[in-house]
Amino acid sequence: MSDLSDIGQPSDPQKENSCYVLRLFITGASVNSLRAVTNIKKICDTYIKDNYSLEIIDVYQEKTIAEKEQIIALPLLIKSFPLPEKRLIGDMSDTQKVLKGIGITL
Amino acid sequence: MSTKRSKSHLPSLPKALTGIKGLDEITQGGLPQGRPTLICGAAGSGKTLFSMEFLVHGALDFNEPGVFMSFEERTEELTINVASLGFDLAQLQADKLIKLDHVHIDRSEIEETGEYDLDGLFIRLGYAIDSIGAKRVVLDTIENLFSGLDNQAILRAELRRLFGWLKDKGVTTVITGEKGDGTLTRQGLEEYVSDCVILLDHRVSNKISTRILRIVKYRGSVHGTNEYPFLIDEEGISVLPITSLTLSHDVSTERIPSGIPALDNMLGGEGFYRGSSILISGTAGTGKTSVAGSFANETCLRGERCVYFAFEESPQQIIRNMNSVGMDLQSHVDKGLLRFHASRPTLNGLEMHLLVVHKLVKEFRPSVVVLDPITNLVTVGSASEVKSLLIRLIDFLQEEQITVMFTALSFKEVISEQTDETVSSIVDTWLLIRDIEFNGERNRGLHVMKSRGMKHSNQVREFVISDSGLDLVDVFLGPEGVLTGSAREAQQLLEKTGIALRDHAVTRKDREIERKRSVLEAKIASLNEEFESLQDELNKTYIEEELRKEILEKNRQEITRNRDPRK
Repeated sequence: MSDLSDIGQPSDPQKENSCYVLRLFITGASVNSLRAVTNIKKICDTYIKDNYSLEIIDVYQEKTIAEKEQIIALPLLIKSFPLPEKRLIGDMSDTQKVLKGIGITL
Repeated sequence: MSTKRSKSHLPSLPKALTGIKGLDEITQGGLPQGRPTLICGAAGSGKTLFSMEFLVHGALDFNEPGVFMSFEERTEELTINVASLGFDLAQLQADKLIKLDHVHIDRSEIEETGEYDLDGLFIRLGYAIDSIGAKRVVLDTIENLFSGLDNQAILRAELRRLFGWLKDKGVTTVITGEKGDGTLTRQGLEEYVSDCVILLDHRVSNKISTRILRIVKYRGSVHGTNEYPFLIDEEGISVLPITSLTLSHDVSTERIPSGIPALDNMLGGEGFYRGSSILISGTAGTGKTSVAGSFANETCLRGERCVYFAFEESPQQIIRNMNSVGMDLQSHVDKGLLRFHASRPTLNGLEMHLLVVHKLVKEFRPSVVVLDPITNLVTVGSASEVKSLLIRLIDFLQEEQITVMFTALSFKEVISEQTDETVSSIVDTWLLIRDIEFNGERNRGLHVMKSRGMKHSNQVREFVISDSGLDLVDVFLGPEGVLTGSAREAQQLLEKTGIALRDHAVTRKDREIERKRSVLEAKIASLNEEFESLQDELNKTYIEEELRKEILEKNRQEITRNRDPRK
């Protein structure tokens, strides 16, 4: 994973700021959702500051997206870039797993 | 659609009709409405098809749209798979009657990073239900979630919540589950779904498969508890409640001819009772099929329908063979009165055969059913199974007032009091055709072993098959016993000779009399002649005398005139 992100960076130098494309799907203001938002923001700001784009989507507001994105478990974080696409579910409290999932090497 | 079976005035459990043939009868109205039902079974037992039928019938027949959430097959695959049953899922989706949703879950793509829930699934399902106003939901096989997600504790809690949520939504749900070791489902779904559990099974015994359905539980409702065989064919699933047996069917006093007038004569002159069961048994080549064919022919000639189940010969073969004895079955087939169903007994399990008979009878509505022969069914089941099958079959047919004729092959030379299928006790009429070996030839003798409720002949008749059809001939009871075949013919010839001789003797005597008469008459004539000549002779002298007298008189007058000179 880490190799891939290394390759990704030089191949796209202009888009350095949006290198990590992340989308977080949540359900309104549920406990898990709030926790996930806090946790992912913290992780991103700590490890890939200014090098990511994070979109937070409330599935309640956009119900059709659940089928389109094959959503089952929530909260769900989809890392669509760099490849491969990776899906992380849960409240993002396990930082090690989140980092591994997004493909950040320390 | 809810059907409230109001046996009592108390409110009963509302049910949703499945539209699956037979299942609604077993469950007395369908699945519990607004509650989840678990359908479990091994791979290939028909779970997906079952749930799809439930959904499609709901959408088309009962105005209840449905959501099919598949955790296994993709929507395109599903669409193709059920197209063979005539279900156009694409059209149904376009009409907003069915919504298919394929849930793809891939473990390798997912990392679990803490607490989560299945809200995504809830939202997705909720949205699908609301978008078409669904009343029915299928979750096919939700257990796949367990292979995609690790946290069992969360999953189980969420499933419990899901089923509760579905109940709250008031949708009738079918959940499928793969059968596990010693449990109904691998993940113990039966824990969560406790209202209705239906088990599908696919059994193979003797290399022959039978599909079985059983209602394991159905809370708040009476239901059939037996194992019901079911059939999957081009019309989908049909379950038949064929073990509900009562001996309370109506009986008919109407009689129907057998197609062999002489046989009707043996049966009190009128033939069989309508709705009765007839067994024809006999050794190989005794003409059992011909009797059956003739019965079918007669039925069709009356304009009634007949279904002929052939377990040994193909329809063409039977038609050809019957043609040789002067019966044109093909014309009945063309007219749609006669239908053949030919299959090897080994094609299906016994129950399947019964199902096929059932289905065809329901569909074709014949008045006569012929099964030829039942003997081969033993190859796919034990004798007791065959008997139980035939009892159920007879019961079913009698309930429908259908006359049924079985043929059975007896293997033993000495005809025992029982046929090999031991069905003789349950049939109404039992005809036995046996070989009579005598005088260097084999002939067929037919007799009525039993015939309930009618006068019947106690005689053995010779059963003759000729170009013009079947007939029964009175056997000859000679000093050497029953004579058949050429011995009978010889006896007949002998009698004919006797008659001729007697006739001859009689004519000779007649001629003698005639001769005597003519002799006497000749004598009478000659005497007459004699008399006449004598009379002539006598007359002659008399006339001569007269003449002489006359002449003398003349002469005398002449003389007198000559003497008289005044003249």
